[in-house]
Amino acid sequence: MDLGLNEQQELLKNSAREFLENECPETHVREMEEDEKGYSPVLWQKMAEQGWHGLLVPEQYGGAGFDFVDQMVLVEELGRALVPGPYMSSVFGGAVPILEAGSEAQKQEFLPKIAAGEVIFSLALTEPSARFDEAGIQAQATVSGNDVTINGTKLFVPDAHVADYLIVAARSSKGVTLAIVPTKQAGVKSTVLQTIARDKQCEVVLNNAKGTLLGAEGAGWAALAPVIQKYTVAECAYLVGLAQMDFEIAVDYAKERVQFGRPIGSFQAIQHKCADMVTDVDGSRFIMYKAAWSIASGQPAGETSIAVNMAKAWCSEATRRVVAHGQQIHGGIGFTKDYKIQLFYRRQKRAELAFGDADFHRELVAQQLGL
Amino acid sequence: MDWSDSPEQAKFRQEVRGFIQQKLPEPYRPKAGEATGEGEGFAGGWQADRKSEDPKRRATAQEWATALADKGWIAPAWPKEYGGAGLSTIEQFIYNQEMAEAAAPSVGGMGVSMLGPTLIVHGSPEQKKEHLSRILSGEVAWAQGYSEPGAGSDLASLQTRAVRDGDEYVINGQKIWTSGAHFADWLFALVRTDPQAPKHRGISFMIMDIKSPGLTVRPLINMGWEHGFNETFFEDVRVPAKNIVGEENRGWYVGMTLLDFERSGIAGAVSYRRGMGEMKEFLSGKGKSYRRQDWNTTRLELADRAIETEVLFNFAFRIVTIQNRGQVPNYEASVNKTFGSELHQRLSRTQSKAWGLYANVWDRTSKYAPMQAAHIHDYVGSVPHSIFSGSNEIQRNVIATRGLGLPRG
Ligand SMILES: Cc1cc2nc3c(=O)[nH]c(=O)nc-3n(C[C@H](O)[C@H](O)[C@H](O)COP(=O)(O)OP(=O)(O)OC[C@H]3O[C@@H](n4cnc5c(N)ncnc54)[C@H](O)[C@@H]3O)c2cc1C
Ligand SMILES: Cc1cc2nc3c(=O)[nH]c(=O)nc-3n(C[C@H](O)[C@H](O)[C@H](O)COP(=O)(O)OP(=O)(O)OC[C@H]3O[C@@H](n4cnc5c(N)ncnc54)[C@H](O)[C@@H]3O)c2cc1C
Repeated sequence: MDLGLNEQQELLKNSAREFLENECPETHVREMEEDEKGYSPVLWQKMAEQGWHGLLVPEQYGGAGFDFVDQMVLVEELGRALVPGPYMSSVFGGAVPILEAGSEAQKQEFLPKIAAGEVIFSLALTEPSARFDEAGIQAQATVSGNDVTINGTKLFVPDAHVADYLIVAARSSKGVTLAIVPTKQAGVKSTVLQTIARDKQCEVVLNNAKGTLLGAEGAGWAALAPVIQKYTVAECAYLVGLAQMDFEIAVDYAKERVQFGRPIGSFQAIQHKCADMVTDVDGSRFIMYKAAWSIASGQPAGETSIAVNMAKAWCSEATRRVVAHGQQIHGGIGFTKDYKIQLFYRRQKRAELAFGDADFHRELVAQQLGL
Repeated sequence: MDWSDSPEQAKFRQEVRGFIQQKLPEPYRPKAGEATGEGEGFAGGWQADRKSEDPKRRATAQEWATALADKGWIAPAWPKEYGGAGLSTIEQFIYNQEMAEAAAPSVGGMGVSMLGPTLIVHGSPEQKKEHLSRILSGEVAWAQGYSEPGAGSDLASLQTRAVRDGDEYVINGQKIWTSGAHFADWLFALVRTDPQAPKHRGISFMIMDIKSPGLTVRPLINMGWEHGFNETFFEDVRVPAKNIVGEENRGWYVGMTLLDFERSGIAGAVSYRRGMGEMKEFLSGKGKSYRRQDWNTTRLELADRAIETEVLFNFAFRIVTIQNRGQVPNYEASVNKTFGSELHQRLSRTQSKAWGLYANVWDRTSKYAPMQAAHIHDYVGSVPHSIFSGSNEIQRNVIATRGLGLPRG
């Protein structure tokens, strides 16, 4: 047993941190809040040159062939820097489903392009029912050979407005079916919603949208299970990085801000908050990596499943406590738009909600514990 | 013990209700299926409406101010001789409770709640004459200039300097977090008049026209992307010496005047209860489809919030009981502030959680915004409630030391 990073992971972490400190400063995060696309194609390309888009993709498809734990080390850094844009969408909503369910030809066609940052993917999973289970998939799919025609509305689809392809989960007579759907067609209409995190989540209306099968007709939900697991753990990793940074900013502030002739960090009320924050951040990190390790090392399905649900249940709440303390430690200045801490508070909510909040995952934990 | 109204109190309650029923302008009335929001925020409501660009909003603000003024109810707590309603503590409590039940905006802002009472206790006859009536008519709105970049919780370390020059003071320095200064006509401020004295003893309380030359109000945008508070700069601002309230260098005590007014914070408790009621209506009616799969968990959490709201109600009733018996609340008011603001934050969390993914939606006008996204806005908007008016850490220190007699750390 060893809960530390290996040499390669250390290297990845350090280079990612350095890269993002230069390329994705706070000013960039703020600009992208008001940008229509919500990401910078220049930064996107530079990230691709770092090999990040294809980190998980095997070398034969143009990727770097790293494992899932390595990938989480990187996502933690992305959360720390609040990197805006469709990275998570394209990797976990594109590369991962294609790796899980794609034919050899589809892997050949799409994975190298995703790895090179040439195309952007996103996963169109949830609908107005806002459910995360199989019953939530109500969009209609008609399958004819390899071709799929889809009708329905997908909601809270990240980055659909800039994606080249959506992986859409829809229902045919045989059950949930996945399709790769190009967005540049009349039958696909994406509208960006204004959200608390100022990220880009969309309503996607599919009106006789044409796509091609990903995996077998009716086999979509089974194919999605590992995708949702990985995406969920990735959201946890993003939260860990976000909370770590929020915590560091707050501790720095507590050391600098003087009231009553002493740093506010010398007051026990503030010290105890900081102590609770580091407990929550560290707790989040290890429960997230435990889930990531379970996936990467192929632990038994039951153990992996509960590890993922436990991770998201814990990280969703613990990081919420962290960002709330982060605000309180800052007093008035924390409530201003100009100061950085609020960026973390607002974005925490998005990731907390993604793939189910703590309540949702606690219920799944309880079920698996046989309670 | 008795939680019910006496016959006189019940009669007064009916009077307030009847008045609201008759006079509250239509645009201020809660709409079925919509959220009225938890409280009015710190700079919105009537103050914003009266300076709105929208003539309808201005007219509504005026209509409501006139109705209250005609009834003598703009400043229900002020003594009658100063144009107030001279209500007893318990009547003030009922008045505040009923106004909050109806989600009726209060009129007069800090002029009524802070500056007026301070002038009544410490103001010169001229100051009272000049300012009280203009607060009562809704003509003049006030802002509070206490906090500075370096003086927040440690307010007494404030540095904004006032130097006597003949019949005037010349003011230089900066205030920050000045809520509603962009809607205000006048400012009351704490300034340093004796830098040599111990820090609490060199401060004076001054009032000034916010349009005074050299006084600049600059907007600060908050994390909800709204303009609520400001920075206020003073560059050789000349204020007539007669605008000092109370004695020179006694301003700290003037500013801290313990007002003999109802201080239960009942409006918060009422708005939380109302907000939960509105949510229940929505979720059992046209918003039924928003119920999440695991609604029962949220349901129990909402029950928790309802129980906590009941606790807050009792804390409010306790304050009024103390005041009604002619005593002065001590740590109890700090308990209400701390518990109330943290309940507010928990409630906004529970309420937004009820919407699941829909809690992402910030645009109030989106068809995907349940109850106009009120709860996610409140999730952001409730953040400073544990910070302003004395942070909760300071309040807890007060409870422990002043309240419980524990030695200071
Ligand atoms: C079940 C049990 C088993 C134990 N076993 C052992 C043992 O095997 N060997 C042994 O040597 N001891 C043992 N102890 C003793 C234990 O280590 C002490 O109880 C502990 O160190 C606290 O000291 P105290 O009881 O004097 O409480 P105090 O130190 O007087 O503390 C009283 C309260 O004040 C708080 N407090 C104290 N200082 C501060 C501060 N600076 N800031 C904030 N809060 C503060 C404490 O947190 C506590 O809430 C045991 C105690 C218990 C209850
Ligand atoms: C939305 C909003 C509206 C406001 N409106 C006004 C207004 O209209 N006019 C006005 O004058 N001011 C206003 N304020 C200012 C408000 O009163 C201050 O923000 C508040 O007093 C805290 O001061 P600070 O922001 O400098 O925080 P700090 O005092 O720097 O506090 C930072 C952190 O340190 C903690 N802390 C400080 N001292 C101690 C201690 N001794 N023990 C333990 N913890 C401590 C605080 O609790 C807080 O968590 C407003 C503030 C906000 C957020």
